[in-house]
Amino acid sequence: MTEPLLSVRDLHVTYRSEAGGVPAVRGVSFEVAPGETLGLAGESGCGKSTIAGALLRVLPRGTQVTGEVLLDGEDVLLMNPGRLRAVRWTELSIVFQGALHALNPVQRVGDQIAEAIEVHRTTQDPGPRVAELLETVGLPARRGEDYPHQLSGGQRQRVLIALALACNPRILIADEPTTALDVMVQAQVLELLERLQRELALSMIFITHDLSTLSHVCQRTAVMYAGRIVEEGPSEDVFARAAHPYAAALAAAFPVIGDEAFRMKPSGLGGDPPDPRAIPGGCPFHPRCPVVRPECPTVDVELWPAGQGRRAACVQVLDGAPR
Amino acid sequence: MSEVLLETRDLHVRFAARRGEVARAVDGVDLVVKRGEVLALVGESGCGKTTLARTIMGLERPAEGEITFEGEPLRYDGGFLRTYRGKVQMVFQDPMGSLNPRQTVYEAVAEGLRIQKLPGDETMRVADALARAGLRPPERFLQLYPYELSGGQRQRVVIAGAMVLNPSLLVADEPVSSLDASVRGEILKLMLELVRDAGVTILVVTHDLGLAWNIANRIAVMYLGRIVEEGPAEELLSNPRHPYTRALLSVVPEVEEMEQQILTGEAPDPTRIPPGCRFHPRCPLVASGEAARLGIEERCRTEDLGLATVTGLDENHRAACYAVSR
Repeated sequence: MTEPLLSVRDLHVTYRSEAGGVPAVRGVSFEVAPGETLGLAGESGCGKSTIAGALLRVLPRGTQVTGEVLLDGEDVLLMNPGRLRAVRWTELSIVFQGALHALNPVQRVGDQIAEAIEVHRTTQDPGPRVAELLETVGLPARRGEDYPHQLSGGQRQRVLIALALACNPRILIADEPTTALDVMVQAQVLELLERLQRELALSMIFITHDLSTLSHVCQRTAVMYAGRIVEEGPSEDVFARAAHPYAAALAAAFPVIGDEAFRMKPSGLGGDPPDPRAIPGGCPFHPRCPVVRPECPTVDVELWPAGQGRRAACVQVLDGAPR
Repeated sequence: MSEVLLETRDLHVRFAARRGEVARAVDGVDLVVKRGEVLALVGESGCGKTTLARTIMGLERPAEGEITFEGEPLRYDGGFLRTYRGKVQMVFQDPMGSLNPRQTVYEAVAEGLRIQKLPGDETMRVADALARAGLRPPERFLQLYPYELSGGQRQRVVIAGAMVLNPSLLVADEPVSSLDASVRGEILKLMLELVRDAGVTILVVTHDLGLAWNIANRIAVMYLGRIVEEGPAEELLSNPRHPYTRALLSVVPEVEEMEQQILTGEAPDPTRIPPGCRFHPRCPLVASGEAARLGIEERCRTEDLGLATVTGLDENHRAACYAVSR
């Protein structure tokens, strides 16, 4: 494997609240190679969006972040404000979910893109670059004259992608970029992201709860539960042959149409994702686990090898038992 | 399973839009809901599926056409509607939005009973409905407020509030789309149990074809105010015939074998429904010249059409496309 472009080591993020610290990310490590796409999957509250916030250092003031976020060997968490500003957008940028709120409603979208360019470059007229960016994301350049409300949901999401690409970043973080969109528009945006990733040789971190989408878009996928990665490996394997029972349940929540195993057989997990303030001991998944064992409430789980390029935090991989 | 529970005939619902335009949200829908089935009404946002569901609930009045329930036409006087809403209940997408934050679980579930002035022991009925909705033991939940419940539990309370009246028909509008992925399956299982054990019929409105594969006996696909294809779920999903259904299915990541057919543009505008087949401006058959080769392009562009049996297939599988029917 090539040198990682981004290397996250033992990341912990604890939010401050009146009732004390809320541990949202509890020791997460992963790497992203140049041009590689990594999927981060999990349900709301599992910590996946918090990771995005930690990488860009945009979390609320007072949030405690420890560990290392190495970008080409340089720790983002230790950068001074000037260096951080230079790195955001030019090295690492993000596409958020909910395209309406991320854009300024009273400014033309072309001007918003121009502003992002001007912050990082001097003198030149940003006009041609704005036009080029809009065309890159499949919008006619004249759309730059529009205000956000004049665009559809899909078009606004394209503008946000153009904005994220404005300064030629090397890593794009996409946080639920298609969640609020209609199926057909989702497919359009995914197709665009895949094309950009290929053409611009971008590294991408794709965050979503939808494992089946990740199996199409990303080479590798990490599944998170209660602030930790519980399984990682090639996306296809994680989706089709999950080693961790939680990853298996998440995959089964997206039925394969045409597969008799899912016909009239919806599949879900009992219980609810845990409250970050009261994470169960031992394996944090044990209260909901369909194949729980007597030792699970007390055992310390870690990511153990689970086949070619795969790791899973479940005791059953230790005895090689099929799930 | 063939007894008709509810039927819409040439139903039209219109809204005033900007600049004096008229949005034809529901534009000639003939739909049959059979007793004991789960029927999935599928389409993208803006296709009119929620308006159709609301009209079936009696919350919107049709401009034309009629709805019959158990053979009787729907009327819009207060007395009729109150009785009707005892038999037809609705579950909305966002359980937090449909529960009053200052009402306990008990009050939320009992509300329908009080409105309907049903006799019998209220506490017993509420506890029974909660248990049937999977909140067991019910005593543990009676005095809780919505904020003390998880998303899945809230949706169960909403379902209990609907089921406490023993309705014949449950209309569920995107019942799981605001829930976490691992919890969705549990709510869908519950819906199938209600059909099996309580004999309720379910009309589920969704954009999710995977959900339809999970729980629906039949599917109706809606596009721009009209049903464009309908049939038994297995038959329709394994052999979709309308080009719109085919495109919709091809972009679902869970479908492997189909070549992706991504339609350009957004869901179209119900104030400007195109002439001819309403799908023709986005239709891959028209764009590729296939419609011209089949000699139907002129009709696609000019002649409106309704559902017709798909040639050579299950007679219950019908589509509104010149290329596959007639």
